[in-house]
Amino acid sequence: MKQKIIRLNNVSKIYREQPVLKDISFSIKGGEIFGLLGPSGAGKTTVIKIITGQENADGGSVEVLGTDVNRADDSIYEQFGVVLDQPGLYERLSCYDNLLLFAQLHRTDKSVITSVLKRVGLAEAKNRPAAKLSKGMKQRLVLARALLHQPRILLLDEPTGALDPGTARQIHELIAEQRDRGAAVLLTTHNMEEAAKLCGRIALLHEGSVIETGRPDAICRKYNHLNRIRLRLDDGEEQEIVNEPEAAQVIYDYLHQRKIVSIHSSEPNLETVFMELTGRNLEE
Amino acid sequence: MHKVLAIQKKQWKETLKNREVFIQFVMFPVIALIMTQSVKSEEIPANYFVTLFAAMYIGMAPLTSAAAIISEEKEKNILSILRLSNVTALQYLLSIGGYIILMCLAGSLGFVLIGGYSGGDSLLFIFAMMLGTVVSTLIGAAIGLTGQSQMSAAATAVPVMLVFSFLPMIAQFNEPVKKIADYVYSQQISNILTNIGNTRPTAKSFIIIGVNLLLAAVVFVIAYRRNK
Repeated sequence: MKQKIIRLNNVSKIYREQPVLKDISFSIKGGEIFGLLGPSGAGKTTVIKIITGQENADGGSVEVLGTDVNRADDSIYEQFGVVLDQPGLYERLSCYDNLLLFAQLHRTDKSVITSVLKRVGLAEAKNRPAAKLSKGMKQRLVLARALLHQPRILLLDEPTGALDPGTARQIHELIAEQRDRGAAVLLTTHNMEEAAKLCGRIALLHEGSVIETGRPDAICRKYNHLNRIRLRLDDGEEQEIVNEPEAAQVIYDYLHQRKIVSIHSSEPNLETVFMELTGRNLEE
Repeated sequence: MHKVLAIQKKQWKETLKNREVFIQFVMFPVIALIMTQSVKSEEIPANYFVTLFAAMYIGMAPLTSAAAIISEEKEKNILSILRLSNVTALQYLLSIGGYIILMCLAGSLGFVLIGGYSGGDSLLFIFAMMLGTVVSTLIGAAIGLTGQSQMSAAATAVPVMLVFSFLPMIAQFNEPVKKIADYVYSQQISNILTNIGNTRPTAKSFIIIGVNLLLAAVVFVIAYRRNK
């Protein structure tokens, strides 16, 4: 059984007498991507700040690699790779020099820089100042910086926010690679497609509370109240039928007539589940 | 130690690219050179412009550059990223402070060359300049840490810099101001520089500079704790 790398137990946080996190609990194992899904202001960034010790929780506890973060030695930071809401790049320095500093801080071999730049598709821009990179390129550089020392824990705060689909896909591939090499990944996003595609488990966060948690497909199935099957027929017509034994005859008839192009279950997606639970849209 | 050196190396690479900061280090030595070469008058004491601009330099260059570098890195979230890379506040201050002190050392050597100081006089000149640099760097670092942005840090740094750098000059012409300025490090450094070659610096000068250094350190620690 894989070790729990991050564990939050009933974590709460209050800002100016307003609760921003209420009894948050979850854990992340090595080789797992855990998604925190919620709209802006739900408390996702605060969770990352508490895990990294940038903020203290007002209640509950946070363990990283089996140690309470408040009592952990500073060397625990060596295990983190982070993508925060602001890139934190040295704008006047080249991509290579930005990474060189962090390679030196982590005592990582310089040769890794070139291979990481190649992996994120920035090899040709290695001498370009960070200020002259597009938003997508900056985001890839930030991710490269987070991956440079092969950390055991990756904390990614909206890593694909406002990126074009092509760049987002490249970043998804990189994140999946990190999971495959055994890193524990915490991904915050308000993009339900991203969460469904990448995350083994997710927590839906609303106004500081976890309102649902589990595997994305399991959550969608749980809220599949209508329990319908969608048929697409060769004449372009779409039919929804209730997923009951009687449906078998309908499907059989269509199959017999060779009319069926596709059959899909029609459970809700994460966006719909979130709407049902909160009355709010994830993009709000 | 490798972290201090790594950040300092980064800072050296940025030197020529960050013109706003770089100009602070070269402006006063260049002005002193121009004035010394162009204004020749028997009424003006020897090295008048060197000591005048050197005292201004100490009140300005380290203070504004420390405030600018730290506030920029704070505003751009670089300080958080460094913290999450296990860089402590002390390591960061040593690397940025070390860079500023070395830049000011180069500026001070420039003043020494312009003034034609040699032997013990040049060592005393540089020693006094380095003491002032440390005090100003601590004040600038405190301002950089407290500023929410580069703009707000500059809004605080500029008037503070004006007070420390112009006080020795104003004190030359205004007796009441001189009485107050006597308790300020930049005035005492100006006194030491002006008297090089004539009289030895007094213990009072070093005590006042020491007290200023202590106060600057206390202000820095308070600023650091409040903006941790």
